[in-house]
Amino acid sequence: MNVSTKVKAVLGVTALSLAVSASAMAADDTIKVGVLHSLSGTMAISETTLKDTMLMLIEEQNKKGGLLGKKLEAVVVDPASNWPLFAEKAKELIEKDHVAATFGCWTSVSRKSVLPVFEEENSLLFYPVQYEGEESSRNVFYTGAAPNQQAIPAVDYLMNEIGVERWVLAGTDYVYPRTTNKILEAYLKGKGVAAEDIMINYTPFGHSDWQSIVAEIKKFGSAGKKTAVVSTINGDANVPFYKELGNQGITADSIPVVAFSVGEEELSGIDTKPLVGHLAAWNYFMSVDSEVNDEFITNWHKFIKSDARVTNDPMEAHYIGFNMWVKAVEKAGTTDSDAVQEAIIGVTVPNLSGGYSAMMPNHHITKPVLIGEIQEDGQFEIVWETSGLVVGDAWSDYLEGSKDLISDWRKPLSCGAYNVVTGKCSGTK
Amino acid sequence: MMNTKIKIFMLVLTLLSLCGIISPAFSAEAADDQFQKGLTLLQDKSFEKKEQGIELISTSGSPKSYAVLSNVLEGNLYFTKSGENFVVAELDGGDARIKDILTDEDLGTVKKRDIKKITINNQLRGTLKAAIAQLDLTSPDKNIRLAAVMALLDNISPESVKPLEKYLKTEKNSDVKEYLHIALALAGLQDSSANKRLEALGTLKGALHPAVKNAVQQLLDKEQDEAVKHKAETILSSIEVTTAWYGKLETIFFGLSMGSVLVLAAIGLAITFGVIGVINMAHGELIMLGAYTTYVIQQLMPNNIGLSVILAIPAAFCVSGLVGIVIEKSVIRFLYGRPLETLLATFGISLVLQQAVRSIFSPLNKSVATPEWMSGSIMINPVLSLTTNRVTIFIFAILVFAGLFLLMKKSSLGLHVRAVSQNRAMAKAMGVRAARVDALTFGLGSGIAGIAGVALSQLTNVGPNLGQAYIVDSFMVVVFGGVGNLWGTMLGGLTLGVANKILEPWSGAVLAKILILVFIILFIQKRPQGLFPQKGRAAE
Repeated sequence: MNVSTKVKAVLGVTALSLAVSASAMAADDTIKVGVLHSLSGTMAISETTLKDTMLMLIEEQNKKGGLLGKKLEAVVVDPASNWPLFAEKAKELIEKDHVAATFGCWTSVSRKSVLPVFEEENSLLFYPVQYEGEESSRNVFYTGAAPNQQAIPAVDYLMNEIGVERWVLAGTDYVYPRTTNKILEAYLKGKGVAAEDIMINYTPFGHSDWQSIVAEIKKFGSAGKKTAVVSTINGDANVPFYKELGNQGITADSIPVVAFSVGEEELSGIDTKPLVGHLAAWNYFMSVDSEVNDEFITNWHKFIKSDARVTNDPMEAHYIGFNMWVKAVEKAGTTDSDAVQEAIIGVTVPNLSGGYSAMMPNHHITKPVLIGEIQEDGQFEIVWETSGLVVGDAWSDYLEGSKDLISDWRKPLSCGAYNVVTGKCSGTK
Repeated sequence: MMNTKIKIFMLVLTLLSLCGIISPAFSAEAADDQFQKGLTLLQDKSFEKKEQGIELISTSGSPKSYAVLSNVLEGNLYFTKSGENFVVAELDGGDARIKDILTDEDLGTVKKRDIKKITINNQLRGTLKAAIAQLDLTSPDKNIRLAAVMALLDNISPESVKPLEKYLKTEKNSDVKEYLHIALALAGLQDSSANKRLEALGTLKGALHPAVKNAVQQLLDKEQDEAVKHKAETILSSIEVTTAWYGKLETIFFGLSMGSVLVLAAIGLAITFGVIGVINMAHGELIMLGAYTTYVIQQLMPNNIGLSVILAIPAAFCVSGLVGIVIEKSVIRFLYGRPLETLLATFGISLVLQQAVRSIFSPLNKSVATPEWMSGSIMINPVLSLTTNRVTIFIFAILVFAGLFLLMKKSSLGLHVRAVSQNRAMAKAMGVRAARVDALTFGLGSGIAGIAGVALSQLTNVGPNLGQAYIVDSFMVVVFGGVGNLWGTMLGGLTLGVANKILEPWSGAVLAKILILVFIILFIQKRPQGLFPQKGRAAE
């Protein structure tokens, strides 16, 4: 390691290709894994836990003897909730540290910022958070939920099991809620819901004064039809939102709120009394009753040295993504991006809810969808789940521009946005 | 869902009629049997079975029904692992103190693992509330009876008339009576005779409950009789006029309450920025420290939530005030008269404080509980209720403002502060220790920020980013109101709050914020001194 860096230094100006091959040689005793999560700034609240999850997974893999006979080494960087810095740090991970794969990002804007870097450098990124879909990259694996693995089943549940007829789509004003609500609106209208029975509302990040919006929701919900709120409200704005709901007397049995961004981790910082009975849709809950989950929770508590810490859905996504990558590397016999990219499609690993998840050709995975009711202890009581696994859909079937598109990264098609009607590939090859 | 509601409703109507005259055919033994069967069903894991159980219990007529159902709803009912006793449990760590619900017998303390909670979901919550509302009709508390009648309004059918009429005869309270009349009139709307419908509409005149509006609207959609139609239209439009009027009142209340939060956040800044001219970018973080103080005090006394919030007020004042004095003594006093450097230095301090809190308390938000007396709302009428926490914070903001105002006008510290801010050299010549006054003023402003933090902990997240969310708004209020003028801050804050809330329903929350900002920029162009410019020499 040191020697080869010194050699590089002595040579001074080295051609880029030479540097790359030198570093490939340098990595012969360890395989480096990049961890790209914010440890400071506004997103630290969510992302710090994922960094710890990765460290735990890597430590466990090393105990099992590493990968391809080598030890895994985590390279942790802090992009500080600063979107352009995500791209810089990603470049640093790939060019300077020569990581074999990177696990990271939370917000969609950070993912969009690093996307060109991973494509240009042909390196792999595992993205563990639910997102708005409408994207497929050869270099990114989406282990979180696509809208059809979270939003659509949640709406189905409300419509069929609860009998909801009027819908409030409330979200924070950025790309994920806007796209998700666009998909949901099209889906609801397709199901015969009238336009006046849908209310759409956007609020700025960190919105804290919910009085008039909640009053509006209350008025909207008093028209005699069962009403529900589908919330894509982001992290920090949720606490004042639920508090206001409670204070204005809106309870979960009168107007239930189903949230896509409220999990165990977020609930641990909230006085849960006003939230009891409200819903969340995820692919994993800490309260899932399965042996793998018990083992995962025990390991997590041991690793983080606290019994009070919770587990959540994006952690499971990293668990699945990491194990898939390990399996694909073993299958390919190398960490080379192209080989792993080819090998990982079709790889199946256990998920934490007692079943198996598989990597599909569109770089999304199969997952069960669970609906849980918030309990006073900050955990979820699972009240409904899909009967089987749901395949993540990169391009929504309910949006005008994307319903004819599919993504398939297997050869010979190898296309992120293939139009089945025109037979043309409009995305990147 | 609808079906189950109707089912419960029918069942409960039977119960109502039972309360009136106890049918001789229904023996006490059979009732007891049904009650026991219902209890056994509650132990089942499936929610459907539990629902059947609840129906059996609510119609059994057993005197214990109410206790059982309300404890299930509140999540206090457990059963012992042996399945023999149903108990109400008070959890205390890993132990639980249990009491048999049927015999009220104290069964002592057991391990938490030995008892199992009867869990419920949303549908069951709805079922339980409907069932309890029926039982509540016979409650001695008039407020409970009132709530029960109101809950009935949503599912009125012609079948409900008889039991309700019977019940009306025994009711003494006029409020409850009024709602019973409304309920009966709602049933009357579905009558086949047009005269009956007209009469029912007459009773409904002036009633504001949303169920009335929906029912009249429904009637109007299918009504054939012209006279009834006309009457329904007048009633509907009068309801709409009144509702719109109360809607405006509500908007103003929302605006004032948002304004009071802005005033609380900004008033400390009005002291530090307005009086001694320090642009303190760490002001938001001082608010955050106040919120964290509330959290720490609540951790120290978890059983006295109400008291902990009150104690947090002086504590937060001291913590933030002391930190403020330290900042003044260590950084700001070297930078007086250099606003740009002060701005950068305090911005740096704000980042340091944020990261310090992240390291000490973790980057996760902390949960601060709201005391009972600050939850819920005060109902003025069915279309206007004021939330208690907002009312409390509004009053609190007024009190803080009054206190600060008196301090500045009446105390010797206030006199010194004003003297130094008006003419430093002259004040020094008169023997005022200017440096000490600076430090105390800065401490005072910071302490007030800490108090604002206590109030904000009741409204929003307590986390490292709390301060950032309020710093921009605070500066806006101070600049708009006029630098160095407490009245300006007060009026500026309230004006901005009300303006924001008037714009919000019309333009959406995002655009409302932008419009307010644009307005302030234009306003400052015209009147750089703000609403209340300082007069006299201090202005120079």
